Amino acid sequence: MEKNKYKQLVDKHTPKENRMYNGMIAFLSGGLMGVLGQFILQLYSYFLDIPTKEAGTYMIITLIFIGCLLTCFGFFDKWVNFCKAGLFIPITGFAHAMMSAALDYKKEGLVTGIGASMFKLSGAVIIFGVVSAYVFGLLRLIIFGG
Amino acid sequence: MIYVNAFIFAGIVCLIGQMILDNTKLTPGHITALFVVLGAFLDLFNIYDNFVLWAGGGALVPITSFGHLLIHGALEKASEFGFMGLAMGMFDLTSSGIISAIVISFFLSLIFNPKD
Repeated sequence: MEKNKYKQLVDKHTPKENRMYNGMIAFLSGGLMGVLGQFILQLYSYFLDIPTKEAGTYMIITLIFIGCLLTCFGFFDKWVNFCKAGLFIPITGFAHAMMSAALDYKKEGLVTGIGASMFKLSGAVIIFGVVSAYVFGLLRLIIFGG
Repeated sequence: MIYVNAFIFAGIVCLIGQMILDNTKLTPGHITALFVVLGAFLDLFNIYDNFVLWAGGGALVPITSFGHLLIHGALEKASEFGFMGLAMGMFDLTSSGIISAIVISFFLSLIFNPKD
């Protein structure tokens, strides 16, 4: 009985997040990230005269560099708090997770801090990506023959 | 026109992520892992390739493209070496991104200190 009352009280006083507003911000910021990616891609393929596939690789490296640098300056954390999914779903979120883990554990030393903990947050992406790609690749090899 | 497609595709992927974040108890870490698995799954039927053709960079920027590139590298080598090729080519297309992320964040973490 007491527990229920407490839960009701907590529910009443937790601030309600505006889901419509959050969704719209995520849509706009995520869309702008996509446009930025496409813009950098076309810039590279036009000025360096390379095929689109290579330009895509360069574009991803550029975005990772921007994400890391902005995390170091401290802007990115505020932006992620504001845009939420609009910034952590794009590849910049991966860079941000790695960079902030490396910075946070810096005080524990080079090997036991940065070396051991760099993948603390972003390791899940690589592990699940590799495992799922292996399973689905195997399935495709068996069913469709490659 | 491809800019509009890129905007719509990347926006919708982020919107789905935000909806999952708001309506369930999953953390951002869960959602990014989920989206990588989703990207690999969509390539089981060649769906994500069509998205890349339609939206260009807009489909390469979300983390779903990471799963798509993993399975593509694996299948490319698998067509040459058979079953073992899956393990040989897994990182062929994504290694550039992962390696540069490691190198960049290592050197930047030596230079900068965490801000509070």
